[in-house]
Amino acid sequence: MSIVLCRIDDRLIHGQVVIGWGRAMGIDLIILVDDQVAASDWEQELYRMAVTPEIEVRFVTVADAARQMPEWQSNGKRGLVLTGDLETMAALRASSPDVVQRINLGGIHHRAGRRERLPFVYLTDQELGTLRSLEAGGAVITAQDLPTTAPVALRALG
Amino acid sequence: MVVCHGPLAGALVQAAEQISGLGGALIPVSNTGCDRDTLEDRILAAVGGHPAVVFVDLASGSCLVAVLKRLRTEQLVKVVTGVNLAMLVDFVFHRSLSPVEAATRAAAAGEKSIRIP
Repeated sequence: MSIVLCRIDDRLIHGQVVIGWGRAMGIDLIILVDDQVAASDWEQELYRMAVTPEIEVRFVTVADAARQMPEWQSNGKRGLVLTGDLETMAALRASSPDVVQRINLGGIHHRAGRRERLPFVYLTDQELGTLRSLEAGGAVITAQDLPTTAPVALRALG
Repeated sequence: MVVCHGPLAGALVQAAEQISGLGGALIPVSNTGCDRDTLEDRILAAVGGHPAVVFVDLASGSCLVAVLKRLRTEQLVKVVTGVNLAMLVDFVFHRSLSPVEAATRAAAAGEKSIRIP
């Protein structure tokens, strides 16, 4: 199989990701792309604790992810690529457009300057512009926190 | 401080105050509606640089990560996961102890309260 989900979620690996999406999509590999976590053993240990033993977790930098994306796309596992922000996902889309074709906005929460688009998606106008550019470039972007809820198209977010 | 997903921390604090009759000993912090940075800011603001015991709901997940990221090197802050009502009630009556002592006995009280009667 291959990468079956590319998700932006600022809470990184948590229940919605492991139980919600992991079970529903039969995920057996989670790839967390985050430069800071990739350099922190204690954070990796914590995130591993949230994952069931059947699921392999890899912690990689953005640069490593760009290099390894072709391998994950063809290694026979059902993979979930997870980033904590949209800049990282945009970088992965730029380096691996064939893999990052669909982007799931799973959790982008409030911070200064952001406006609520959905209860689990807050974006500045600039961030919305970045997402629109990605979509104009061929990516399909929807907001969906769990597989049991309906996906919301980017155009409906403002 | 009690840090939990959704409205759980507020409900636990309210229940602990109702049982103990002691108010103001516990500060609830929720992860609702905030990103990682904002949650860390909420946690720091709640601790306010004081000695503290921080009760967290899960032994993994965004609440614990945020707590440990900001407080794990603080000598006078102790973190207890798997918070339950028995822990909090024990804590409010023993909060004059050091954070290590209060955390240790609260964790024991919480563990002891788990039964299959």
